[in-house]
Amino acid sequence: MNRILEKRQLSAEVFRMTFDAPNIARERRAGQFLIIQLDTQVGERIPLTIADADAVKGSVTIIFQAVGETTHRLAEFKVGDEIRNVLGPLGQPTHIKNFGRALCVGGGIGAAPLHPIAQALKAAGNEVSIVIGARNKELLIMEEEMRRISSDLTIVTDDGSAGRKALVTAPLKEACEGPKPPDIVVAIGPPVMMKFCAETTRPFGVHTVVSLNTIMIDGTGMCGGCRVTVGGQTKFVCVDGPEFDGHKVDFDNMILRLGAYKPQEKEAHHRCHLDLNIAGEVR
Amino acid sequence: MLAEHSPAPSHAAALDPVALDAAAKAALAGLAGKVLGNRDRLAIPSQDMPTQDPEVRVTNMEEVALGYSAAQAMLEADRCLSCRNAPCVAGCPVAIDIPGFLGHAAKGEFAEALAVIRESSLLPAVCGRVCPQESQCQERCTVGKSLKTVEKAVAIGRVERFVADLERLEGRSIVPAIAAPTGKKVAIIGSGPAGVSAAADLRKAGHDVTIFEAFQRPGGVLIYGIPEFRLPKAIVDRELEGLRAMGVAIETNFLVGRTRKLEALLKEDGFDAAFIGSGAGLPTFMDIPGENLVGVFSANEYLTRSNLMKAYARGKAATPIWEAGTVAVLGGGNVAMDSARTARRLGASKVYVLYRRTRAEMPARAEEVGHAMEEGIEFRFLENASRVIGDELGRVKAIETQRFELGEPDASGRRRPVLVKGSESTLPVDAVIVAIGNSSSPLIPQTTSGLAVDDKGRIKVDANGMTSIDGVYAGGDIVLGAATVILAMGEGRRAAASINARLAGR
Ligand SMILES: Cc1cc2nc3c(=O)[nH]c(=O)nc-3n(C[C@H](O)[C@H](O)[C@H](O)COP(=O)(O)OP(=O)(O)OC[C@H]3O[C@@H](n4cnc5c(N)ncnc54)[C@H](O)[C@@H]3O)c2cc1C
Ligand code: SF4
Ligand code: FES
Repeated sequence: MNRILEKRQLSAEVFRMTFDAPNIARERRAGQFLIIQLDTQVGERIPLTIADADAVKGSVTIIFQAVGETTHRLAEFKVGDEIRNVLGPLGQPTHIKNFGRALCVGGGIGAAPLHPIAQALKAAGNEVSIVIGARNKELLIMEEEMRRISSDLTIVTDDGSAGRKALVTAPLKEACEGPKPPDIVVAIGPPVMMKFCAETTRPFGVHTVVSLNTIMIDGTGMCGGCRVTVGGQTKFVCVDGPEFDGHKVDFDNMILRLGAYKPQEKEAHHRCHLDLNIAGEVR
Repeated sequence: MLAEHSPAPSHAAALDPVALDAAAKAALAGLAGKVLGNRDRLAIPSQDMPTQDPEVRVTNMEEVALGYSAAQAMLEADRCLSCRNAPCVAGCPVAIDIPGFLGHAAKGEFAEALAVIRESSLLPAVCGRVCPQESQCQERCTVGKSLKTVEKAVAIGRVERFVADLERLEGRSIVPAIAAPTGKKVAIIGSGPAGVSAAADLRKAGHDVTIFEAFQRPGGVLIYGIPEFRLPKAIVDRELEGLRAMGVAIETNFLVGRTRKLEALLKEDGFDAAFIGSGAGLPTFMDIPGENLVGVFSANEYLTRSNLMKAYARGKAATPIWEAGTVAVLGGGNVAMDSARTARRLGASKVYVLYRRTRAEMPARAEEVGHAMEEGIEFRFLENASRVIGDELGRVKAIETQRFELGEPDASGRRRPVLVKGSESTLPVDAVIVAIGNSSSPLIPQTTSGLAVDDKGRIKVDANGMTSIDGVYAGGDIVLGAATVILAMGEGRRAAASINARLAGR
């Protein structure tokens, strides 16, 4: 179980891995995630979205960025290696129906979890447009896959090294102002990006779904570590989410909570780069 | 450890294992050959538990209570009067033949004593450590009543622990006889005390048993909740090895309801019956302002980080734990005690426990409260947090507290805490751990059609432990709400007996 079947490096720090996990492959729906842990005793448990799955082959695909200790170690795994612990699929599946016009916005690694959702929205009959953005060309992922879903694909980068030199919120705003505004926006990416996407659509009253990636431990609703404030109420991302109404999420609090272990993690990240020799910068 | 020549405080010296053993040996020698009457038995000094020195133990995660010596166990067992009506047995949720096992222990027949316990209990090394004996068997003990304090009751749990530990230390292991294969399959959901007990009894009857566990390691609260210093994980692991040796399959990383629906296990995967022992679920928060600030944790999160994820092993474990010098724990149960004492061991120099009532009402085991006090935990009774105050970065810097008075007794007979108006004050802290209870996890009911729950989300069962779905049983915290290890075990066994009866008829 959990044997790696395929591995590809998508950009400097981003990897795509497919492994066999027949139970998860059979049950998962768009929007769900899994939790992996590399060492049963001392490993940390980290949530990763399921980017794709093949129920027939019984395989699951994840796309991850080597940012912490576990993802760095995972990046060193080879085809044939086994991931010790994988739990999933977790969380509520995306609510998929024909909304009409759907605009999917992915920032950085967020394009990976966005992909199955865009696919499902398309399959449900929505007219799907996609915006994906990254800091630069090197960090841009999923372009081809997204183009297969929609010809209406906009690429933006912070430095203009690919597509438009803009933030994802620029084309998002234009779409909302345009003659055919979206009926639903799905925005997935770094918390700050999701926050600004929600702020962009708020004046237009366009329903905006975001997928939150908080700190998690069990992922089953037992620890409360993943809690966020949504519409003034405490919600558990692992069981109530991961998707919420972006206009109701208290992003500022979520961002603070995500940073709780920053000093300790930064040190671990540093150690990883020293030990493991993966190219990349410490942010 | 305590050095004999160190100028240890009197308290610590009194609990030194070597000294306690020597005293017990001398007392036993004095009793040798005598026929003991009840008066003689009542005159035997009750045996103190040897413990690690408080100042030393707050710097490590090792077990606090070191366990009786053989002489202490025999002497303590000698205190039992073998009452004809055995009130202690009526106080035991699984009705262990207490005078029976104490009789063997008094004669040094420790293996026989353990065999008596095992007729009723599957986890003696665990229960001897964590059962609330002072409100169960020991509360009713005639010796305690005669000596006017439950503290002087026969220390039934400590003798139980001794005989169970001895078996482990001597490497004896008895895999019980397994009946011929029945060809029937039973699924167990959750590997806490309820699931583990049900699995053992079902396997003994010859069924094919698989436990599904969501976490990477089986054991439930015994592994992720109760800390190492109170229940060494090696003890839990050994019980689980025993189960595996009996042929029980344990599938970890398997969340029933998500990885596979309960219905699919029964209808497609060929399980003939199922037992749900999924434990207590979502932590309850106080619902006060500031509760989502950085540095506020549920006890479940804090303890899971430390116990299951081994975050206390800094530098080795990948999971970080919040560093805090001053910690406030909210609540008065075992979970609050475990959180407070864990925080102390993780480096907090000051730990407060805030509880709305007084010590007398605290639901925690008396021994844990005592140990916590010895470890310098400061109890603030009749006080509770009303607000968490953060700094400019959203991190906890203080709590606002309010004082209470005990008012009229409520329906349960406990005196109700009444808020003292205008009693707000501020207590600077840099972490808050909320340990005020749990509500039930909705996952299995949500993903299983026709599974009835009560208004608190607990799964409803009949007198046989069966749920509203034919062939599906449940027990433990998911049925009782947050309860105890021994009650969960009892429920697991009751359901297993029902399942065994059901499957025998087919
Ligand atoms: C910190 C703490 C201290 C305590 N101290 C004491 C004490 O001193 N004395 C005492 O008697 N009691 C104590 N208790 C209470 C006692 O531990 C519980 O009552 C007991 O463990 C309940 O057993 P259980 O088998 O019902 O559930 P649990 O022990 O909670 O086990 C349930 C298991 O099921 C798993 N699970 C849940 N859902 C699923 C699913 N859908 N699929 C697969 N697996 C699932 C969980 O991961 C867990 O491992 C304490 C509890 C805590 C939290
Ligand atoms: S009540 Fe106390 S003295 Fe009497 S049988 Fe039980 S343990 Fe022994
Ligand atoms: S991760 Fe523990 S409750 Fe969500």
